[in-house]
Amino acid sequence: MWDYSEKVLDLFYNPKNQGAIEDPNQDGVAVVFGEVGSIACGDALRLHLKIEVEADKILDARFQTFGCTSAIASSSALTEIIKGITLDAALNISNRDIANYLGGLPEEKMHCSVMGQEALEAAIFKYRGIEVEQHEDDDGALICSCFGVSENRIRRVVIENNLTTVEQVTSYVKAGGGCSSCGAEIEDLIAAIQQEKELTASRVAAEIATAQAQNRPLTTVQKINLVQTVLQEVRPMLLADGGDVELYDVEGDTVKVVLKGACGSCSSSTATLKNAIEVRLRERVLPTLIVEAVS
Amino acid sequence: MSAVIYLDNNATTQVDPEVVEAILPYLTQYYGNPSSMHSFGGQVGKALKQARVQVAALLSAEESEIIFTSCGTEGNNTAIRAALTAQPDRKHLITTQVEHACVLNLFKQLEKQGYTVTYLSVDHKGQLDLMELEAAITGNTALVSMMYANNETGTVFPVEQAGAIAKEYGATFHVDAVQVAGKLPLNMKISTIDLMTISGHKLHAPKGVGALYVRRGFRFRPLLIGGHQERGRRAGTENVAGIIGLGKAAELAQLHLADVATEKKLRDRLEKGLLAIPNTEINGDRKNRLPNTTNIGFKYIEGEAILLSLDQYGICASSGSACTSGSLEPSHVLRAMGLPYTTLHGSIRFSLSRYTTEAEVDRVLEVMPGIVERLRALSPFNNDQAEWLQDREEALVGAV
Repeated sequence: MWDYSEKVLDLFYNPKNQGAIEDPNQDGVAVVFGEVGSIACGDALRLHLKIEVEADKILDARFQTFGCTSAIASSSALTEIIKGITLDAALNISNRDIANYLGGLPEEKMHCSVMGQEALEAAIFKYRGIEVEQHEDDDGALICSCFGVSENRIRRVVIENNLTTVEQVTSYVKAGGGCSSCGAEIEDLIAAIQQEKELTASRVAAEIATAQAQNRPLTTVQKINLVQTVLQEVRPMLLADGGDVELYDVEGDTVKVVLKGACGSCSSSTATLKNAIEVRLRERVLPTLIVEAVS
Repeated sequence: MSAVIYLDNNATTQVDPEVVEAILPYLTQYYGNPSSMHSFGGQVGKALKQARVQVAALLSAEESEIIFTSCGTEGNNTAIRAALTAQPDRKHLITTQVEHACVLNLFKQLEKQGYTVTYLSVDHKGQLDLMELEAAITGNTALVSMMYANNETGTVFPVEQAGAIAKEYGATFHVDAVQVAGKLPLNMKISTIDLMTISGHKLHAPKGVGALYVRRGFRFRPLLIGGHQERGRRAGTENVAGIIGLGKAAELAQLHLADVATEKKLRDRLEKGLLAIPNTEINGDRKNRLPNTTNIGFKYIEGEAILLSLDQYGICASSGSACTSGSLEPSHVLRAMGLPYTTLHGSIRFSLSRYTTEAEVDRVLEVMPGIVERLRALSPFNNDQAEWLQDREEALVGAV
């Protein structure tokens, strides 16, 4: 038997926000649903959102889930997390946020949290008129044909969750869990991603172009990639002044950086540098980014 | 949690109190080694002999045809390996797609070692077509190995007819009867079976003991090499308490064979009640089925969620759904039967025992409709819409 947390069992036995949302046909309020999974895969989620158009905010969220205990609990958790937040904030919700809300999930069940994140994205993209298929597959090759998992989905989950083994990838997106003939390919992909962590500037530039061309919001991973590239450009200037900068974290639109050496010791220069970096990042990546210096 | 309602007897069974009573002195008082030359050990040896008589009686076999093992897995591994060494020149093996993992995975390994294996298919009831066996078997076939009855669906195979075909070609015939011993009468005197596996904990003996029937005259080679225990056919100091328990359990099983009709009545009562819930169906061969087993597909909902819901009421059952195994793929048995995905993921097996009561069955029937209704209300798939029918077709195509 699976070792489920109290929270998982509670949301399974007493789920919150189950069901669909009727369109109230009210001005300024939109209703949309996003869908992932299928009956063949053994789990599927239809996530319904009620959106306040003006504020770009989620007024209500409900779910319909076909799946196991943790799939139902993950869906219910997701609706609790996203009620009342803006769509941009919702796009920053990762599968880890869902798993954390539940007090953790058995690793083999992490795909339930990924399903939540994907349904959320599908719903928001649908609302914003972004082609879901394009995002889902992005021309990425199908790696696992048993569960229909593309290279890009594997990439995303590997990067977002720091996965290092094929078994982990299987637990998160099911890839490799059927006939397991794609195991070697997934292994290669993980190795490639690890190498790519040292991303070349040209590759990131290409990503900016793709994102712009498709007019889609940036994911946290893309933001991190782009911020890294821009910081690489800034670093030589700081180094010249005896300082340095390192990306610490990206949370939503907040970019946390560590300022080192000469820059870190002087509060006025810290403020100046912070602003300089912020301006560059806003210009190159997203106008809404905020830079925060952490020690 | 209320008292446990245990309807998972194909997974394991409660040890009969009489079995416990029979075992206890061999854990406390009579701890001697049956191989010892003193009478303290010797009396244990006598008790083992008695257990062998009891097990042989359940199978209508001779005592010398019984080898005690540690479990069904050991029995199956021993039997299959023994069949290969009996006819080393033959390189073809036949089994079915729905065997237990301890048989299937061994055959997969043997394939890597150069053997050719034919996996016989089953129809939508989980039943074999013996024509397929006839077509596959040749003079190069060393072994035909199949289960007597399937653990998940209870479907009983026509083993004697299959054995007759195996005999015609001089192939060894092995039967995994783990689910059958104690549920259906067995008579090795008039059987085509050469090797047959049984397991203690499926018939109210403890875990960790089993037996392998080896037809007299069969060129048997042991799997475990060592001392002279089991007349050199299974080395290792005997699991004395377990064997005594298996002997007692076999004796009781023989006595209770007559009660199987009652068990079947309860199973039928349960099944009828569950089928009254809309969108349900039986997985298995109703005409040739173990009397204690029912496997029901509850469409549009997922098995693990059903099991956890039953667990709230203390009801124990099992499911062939992917989520229960952690393997991501639903049961190989139900897939081999070509079940549609709408049914596959929501299949629940209830397996009764002689301890099952009518009140327990009625309790399940009382809570099950509400569980199914609640989960269906949560599910986005709650009727036969065209898009899900497409999944059904895919499932059927996948099975071909």
